Formats: sequence, structure tokens, C-alpha cells
Amino acid sequence: MSGPNVLEVRGLSARIAGQQVVHDVSFEVPASGVTAVLGRNGVGKTSSLRAILGLIERSGEVLLDGVRVDAERTDRIVRRGVGYVPEDREVFAGLTVAENLRLAERGGSTAEHRELVDTLFPDLVRRAGQRAGTLSGGQQQMVSLARALLNENRILLVDEPTKGLAPRIVTEVAETLAAAARTVPVLLVEQNLQVVERLAERVVVIDAGRVVHTGPARALLDDPDLVQRLLGVSAGEHDPSGEEAATTAEAGR
Amino acid sequence: MSTLILLLATGLGLGGLYFLVASGLSLIYGLMGVLNFAHGSFLTLGAFVGLAAGNLVGAGTWGGLLLGLVVGALTGAAAATATELGLIRPLYDRHIEQVLVTVGLSLATVALFEGIWGPNPRNVTRTEWLASTTDVLGAHVPNTAFLNVLAAAAVLGGIVAFLRYTRYGLIIRAGVENRAMVTALGIDVRRAFTLVFAVGGAAAGLGGVLATQSLNYVSPHMGASLLIFAFIVTVIGGMGSLTGAAVASVVVAVLQQLANFYLNNTGDLIVVLLLALVLLVRPSGLMGRPA
Ligand SMILES: Nc1ncnc2c1ncn2[C@@H]1O[C@H](COP(=O)(O)OP(=O)(O)OP(=O)(O)O)[C@@H](O)[C@H]1O
Ligand SMILES: [Mg+2]
Repeated sequence: MSGPNVLEVRGLSARIAGQQVVHDVSFEVPASGVTAVLGRNGVGKTSSLRAILGLIERSGEVLLDGVRVDAERTDRIVRRGVGYVPEDREVFAGLTVAENLRLAERGGSTAEHRELVDTLFPDLVRRAGQRAGTLSGGQQQMVSLARALLNENRILLVDEPTKGLAPRIVTEVAETLAAAARTVPVLLVEQNLQVVERLAERVVVIDAGRVVHTGPARALLDDPDLVQRLLGVSAGEHDPSGEEAATTAEAGR
Repeated sequence: MSTLILLLATGLGLGGLYFLVASGLSLIYGLMGVLNFAHGSFLTLGAFVGLAAGNLVGAGTWGGLLLGLVVGALTGAAAATATELGLIRPLYDRHIEQVLVTVGLSLATVALFEGIWGPNPRNVTRTEWLASTTDVLGAHVPNTAFLNVLAAAAVLGGIVAFLRYTRYGLIIRAGVENRAMVTALGIDVRRAFTLVFAVGGAAAGLGGVLATQSLNYVSPHMGASLLIFAFIVTVIGGMGSLTGAAVASVVVAVLQQLANFYLNNTGDLIVVLLLALVLLVRPSGLMGRPA
């Protein structure tokens, strides 16, 4: 039965090409709201998500709704109700928008899910026959999000959904995620601290493949020294009141 | 003029055979990253078993040929499916080992076929029509060329329709692009692997029976010799590209015929030179995506 945490990661380590990129990472994702994973570039945020999904060689425990899934294949884990929105979208460029979405439907997809996606992304309905490879970055991100939202999920794993997008699109993506997070918990990797502030209740900060901080998002964002120390962003660069300025952890590097 | 027509027509017929082998190779490589050296064995087995089945109905009859083609395709599909499930799947994502296993299987099966059917080619009995020629603008075109082209076109059309209109086709097209992402959508891509092997094996088995009609013999080695050119065709067309394989099949076979006739039997050499040229100028092949 589902405990308070939808996802628990215990002592997760992962390697890519023989190199260890995730070291003994542990954290929990509660059954509602947004948990943000923060950290500078290359510290292992994406690798942690990929390790949870079994897309890279890993060891340690991963529990979904209290059930160990770390020995299972990726497709099995996903069918348990994990929606994955990967870094860089990874839409199928040669397939049409409609085909990308059709492929993503896991059987549990209902008319309601389709309706929701059509309402959230009217642009995709208009472009159903267009090859996904010819979409703009923002439109591709919509396809990637739509693929996850088409299904009944226990959790969404979303990796830098605002990366490389214009400020207005960043806002749109954030709103979409906020809407999604009302019904499904989200584990969100995000560099844009304004998006984090808007969406996340909790943060997990990773550095050099290890968890170095966990706690309420507020406590971190309100402590410029901590932000500077953990993310390398100086307090001045982080402007919570700014509407569209894209302050990212990258900026501090 | 009639010589040129004859060479073009026989080239097309040979290209049809190449395509029947190359289509499976290309699909398998495109989706799974496996160079399947056992593909020639599917062809040979399909040829022997298909002919044997046809002979039950009657050697040299249309009914026998039809049954032979169907049984040949089914045999190829069954052998390929067994290979995928028994040898390839346990080595999931270990490409070098997978390739080595297919090399081993091809060597072992040729020896096995020699043991069962003897090392030497055996003549086959064809229908009267297939054993004769048709006059095309003065050229005596072997009728087997028409049959091969027809079969290759049907297989191409069938595979294209399968890829375009079925869910598994969708999974395969997506998997050729980004296999990990397919699994990350909750799809067991291994079923698509088995299916691709089965489809490729069926095309090869069909090609095996057809090849016996063109060559007028069946032999344990026929798969291996066709496989070499099918590999070249696959590389020239672009690994993983079905249309690339179709175009390259025709180009390679026609060029081979022309060079054999006009340039002193240098067909094989010319084909290898073409391969080198393509690899230098367009390493991803005519229609392959750049790596
Ligand atoms: N395919 C790969 N081959 C080799 N090393 C890799 C590969 N992918 C990632 N790495 C390494 O693993 C480490 C962690 O990378 P990862 O992508 O998980 O970081 P990240 O925190 O998501 O970074 P970013 O914020 O830039 O997306 C990095 O040092 C990176 O160089
Ligand atoms: Mg990343």
C-alpha cells in the first residue's frame, strides 16, 4: 500500500562507461507536490533520474509506492506509473506529433487524458501531422510533456523542462507543470531558480554525485549564502521578484 | 541495345534477391545494432526446406513453387525467431558478443547443412516458364528476373505498410531512432526485436527459394555468397534505411552486371570500389542518418 512517499531512493549509485557518476544518493519524494533536484552542471542530476529508471547501470534501492523496483527493466518500471520527460526532450524526430503521442499511450490512457493534453497544448493538435524534428524547441518540449501526461502516473520525472527556452515559453512550461502537479507528484530537475521557487515545495541538492542538502525549498531560496555555496549563484543574481529574468545556477559558473 | 536491356533486367532481378536479404539485415541493424552474420543461414535453410515442401506437391509445378515460397518464408521466420530468442536476447545490448554469436551460428549451420544435404550444389526442377526467357525489345530476359522483382517489390511494399500502419511498426521506427526512449515510454522493445528478426528471416527464406529458381541449384553455400553482397548493399544504402537498401540493391546489382559484361568480369571489384567510395564520401550511406 502506498506510504507517505511515492518514491524512495536509498544508496543509489550509477556508472556510465565504467565511471561512477552517482554516489550513494538517497532521498524521498512525497506523494504530492513538486520536489526539485538542484545542482551545478554535470553533478549527476540527469544520471540520477536515468539510474532510477534503470536506463544506466545502477546499484542501490529504488522503491516506488513502497515496492522495490531496482531490479526491474525500464519499461516495467515506467508501466508502474512513471512519466519521464527527459533532458533535451528526446522526441522522435522522424515521427509526426500524433505518432509521438500515440506511441506514448500506455493503455491506461483514457479520453480524459487525451482531452487534458489537447487543452494544455492546442498547438500540438494543429500540428498533429508535422514531423516532430521540424518543431521548435518549445514545441518539442510540449510533445515531451504531453507524452508523459497522456498516462495515469504515480509520479513524473521531469529533467530541465525549461532548458534553452524563451522566457515566455518557460512560463508556459512552468504553468503546465504546476497544473500537472496538482494531481501527480513531480520530481523536477531544474536550474531556473524562479521556476523552482514557483513550483517546488522541497529541494534536493546534488554536488559531485552526492546529496549535499535536502529541505524545504523556501529555506534554501531565502538563504543567499546557502544558495551561493551549494549552487554557485550569488544572491544578487537570484531575484525572486523578477518576472521573466532567467536566473539559473549555470550563471554562477 | 538488347545486351544493355538484358543486363539491366538481370541486374534488377539480382537486385531483388539482394533486397530480400538486405531488408532484414538493415532492419535488424537499425533497431538493434546487431550485424547478423547468420542471416545467410536463414536463407539457405528456407531454400532447402521450402524446396522439399514444394517437391511434395510436385517439382517444377506452380503449386509446388508457391508452397515452397510460403514454407521457405515460414522456415526463415522460425529460424530467425529461434535465433533471436535463444542466442541474441540473452546477450542483450552486448553487441560484440551478439555479432560473434551470429558468426559462430553461420559457420556451424553451413557445416550442418553440408552434413544433411551434402556439400555440392544440387539442381532444381523449375516450371517451364521460369526456365525460359521473355523477349523484351530483342533481349531474352530470364523469367526469374520478373519473379524476383515482383517478390522484392511486394516485400518492400509489405514492410513499408507494416512500419507505417501498425503499432509495432511505429515502435520499430521509433526504436531505430532512439531505443532507450522507447523503453522509457514503458514499451518492451525486446518484442519488437523478435518481430524484426522474424520479418527479416521470412524475407531471407523467401529469397532463398527464389534464389534457387534464378541459380537453378540449391547449395549449403548460397546464403553466404548472397549475404556478402547484401551487407555491402546495406552499408551503401545506409544501415537501418529500408528505402536505402532498396535503391542500393538495384544500383549494386546493375553495376555488377554491367561491369561483368563490359569490364572483363570486374563486377565484384567495382562493387567493392563503390562501397569504398560511399564510405569515404558519405560514411552513413546513401540514405542513412549521420551517426
Ligand atoms: N554518455 C556519457 N558518457 C560519459 N560521461 C557521461 C555521459 N553522460 C554523462 N556523463 C558524465 O556524468 C556526469 C554527470 O552527468 P549528468 O548529465 O548526470 O549531470 P547533470 O547534473 O544532469 O548536468 P546538467 O546540469 O549539465 O544537465 C558528468 O560528469 C558527465 O560528464
Ligand atoms: Mg542534466
